[in-house]
Amino acid sequence: MSTATITRRTEGGPDAPPRRRKLTPLRMLLHGFLIAVSLAWLFPIAWAVLTSLRSYDYTAANGYVSFGGWTIDNYVTAWRTAEFGQHFLNSVYITVPAVLLTLFLASCVAFVIARFSWKLNLVLLGVFTAANLLPQQALLIPLFRLFTEVPLPEFMSDSELLYDSYWGLILINVAFQCGFCVFVLSNYMKALPRDLYEAAMVDGASIWRQYWQVTMPLCRPALAALATLEVTWIYNEFFWATVLMRTGDKFPVTSSLNNLRGEFFTDNNLVSAGSVLVAIPTLVIFFMLQRHFVRGLTLGASKG
Amino acid sequence: MSDLPLIQADRAVPPPATTTSTGGRRRRLRLLSRTDRVVITLMVLVPLLLVTGFVWLPAAATVLLSATNWDGIGPLNEIEFVGARNYSDVVNIYPPFVPAVQHNLLWLAALFVVATPFGMFLAVLLDKELRGSRFYQTALYLPVVLSLALIGFVWQLLYSRDQGLINAVFGSNIDWYGDSNVNIWAVMIASGWRHVGYIMLLYLAGLKGVDPSLREAAAVDGASERRAFFRVVFPVMRPINIIVLVVTVIESLRAFDLVWVVNKGRNGLELISALVTQNVVGEASRIGFGSALATIMLVVSLIFITIYLATVMRENRE
Repeated sequence: MSTATITRRTEGGPDAPPRRRKLTPLRMLLHGFLIAVSLAWLFPIAWAVLTSLRSYDYTAANGYVSFGGWTIDNYVTAWRTAEFGQHFLNSVYITVPAVLLTLFLASCVAFVIARFSWKLNLVLLGVFTAANLLPQQALLIPLFRLFTEVPLPEFMSDSELLYDSYWGLILINVAFQCGFCVFVLSNYMKALPRDLYEAAMVDGASIWRQYWQVTMPLCRPALAALATLEVTWIYNEFFWATVLMRTGDKFPVTSSLNNLRGEFFTDNNLVSAGSVLVAIPTLVIFFMLQRHFVRGLTLGASKG
Repeated sequence: MSDLPLIQADRAVPPPATTTSTGGRRRRLRLLSRTDRVVITLMVLVPLLLVTGFVWLPAAATVLLSATNWDGIGPLNEIEFVGARNYSDVVNIYPPFVPAVQHNLLWLAALFVVATPFGMFLAVLLDKELRGSRFYQTALYLPVVLSLALIGFVWQLLYSRDQGLINAVFGSNIDWYGDSNVNIWAVMIASGWRHVGYIMLLYLAGLKGVDPSLREAAAVDGASERRAFFRVVFPVMRPINIIVLVVTVIESLRAFDLVWVVNKGRNGLELISALVTQNVVGEASRIGFGSALATIMLVVSLIFITIYLATVMRENRE
């Protein structure tokens, strides 16, 4: 596996810091342990990729602990039978507007909380942050009823209801994710120097311009981190799409997986190909924007 | 907005009658113009309405509904209050309730006693600036980017009775997801697999924030590494510890996706969250039951959310 070679290269690399050159037995034990844990952690994913690349007939005849039967047919079949193209598109329709709207609305609230020191700000921050932590299932009963009551014009949703529409899913995701972003962004904005606003006020800048032209450009690192994280979270969202959607071909890709299993029920190779396809966007985000992803997660926990 | 902002504007200056933002440059600091007030109100009100309408009002409605006999279909004006009857029914005549509570507690215990300390342990090891640390970290938190629903499918390749790796390697014949004696453990392992990486990430950030001079001082005093960690480093990470505690409790309360993709939370995989959902979208819609269950979830989560808020707000004020 390529992972082992990566480790070996970095261990014996000539550019390693000189302080760490000594490999005591204790340190070797430590590396051994960490390599073992890392490989164990990667194994389920590696196994899914491996299974997805083998033909069902071969593994059915020879068992999964065997070698051979390499093919990419599973991907072709999975993509076609499960209409992955449509489901990926649905995920885009939901994720992109939801993330943009979340960041916009959350940054507005965060700006007001950070910019002014009203007594109510603490309450406001609490109301938003706590909303993000409530268990979704606890709100399901009234929301389900609400969604089946609120009408939408037909050009917005062919169900003519908030239920079974992209709009409903976008709104509920925004409402839930706003809290986390308000929390992170307000902390970030509070750390900006206050002189900026005084200078802007001397220049006669309105509140909107202070928000849009002074604060927002300075928040780019935090916004990038949050955007990365929120794309992953909303793309991965399973519960709301499962309960608030009905039409099979409107499901976003993560919750469509559950409907696929019926079609695939005896063919684990096909299931694994489907799983890998669903994982690819998040893995791409993870490897390309790892820095942002990690910072986003830890911004919420520390003062950043 | 009725209350005046406590900005650092000169309060002695009377507010100009109708100054708009296009009023040109003024050398003087002003209080907020009318446009600014409208803008501020909108900036807060729109998101606030969204969160109130979609999160807080439904939460309140859940609590109210738990004291009624509403069937979920009939008109709202025929609702009758039945007091605590739903709660006593849930406890006394609803067989999946007790297993669900047990499973939720077991889930919490497994994450809290095994996955969380292991994640912390790995963070401590990785904090030593080892070579290859990046590789280790990436491998460990890779599962964090996957959805729990997807994780259910990935682990099925190991757990399946006829096609799974575990049975193939050990020659066993257990349906790991289907057998009600073992399936809760199987899904908890899959969930722990993801949780460890998340906790490691949080502690790694926490450890980076610990003042290095503290550790040096402990080393000068001759404290062993383990002693220094438990006596010095761990206590100063108190905010992170509380956040991790709350994250763990909330995660185990919200656990849902994994059991839902396996078998919709039946036959050994009952969880409170799954029971609520079954009572709403399932074949038998029992709103009173469902709301009583949901209210229990709400109360437990609100206790820990309060602890969380108290911690982070204190942190922020310092």
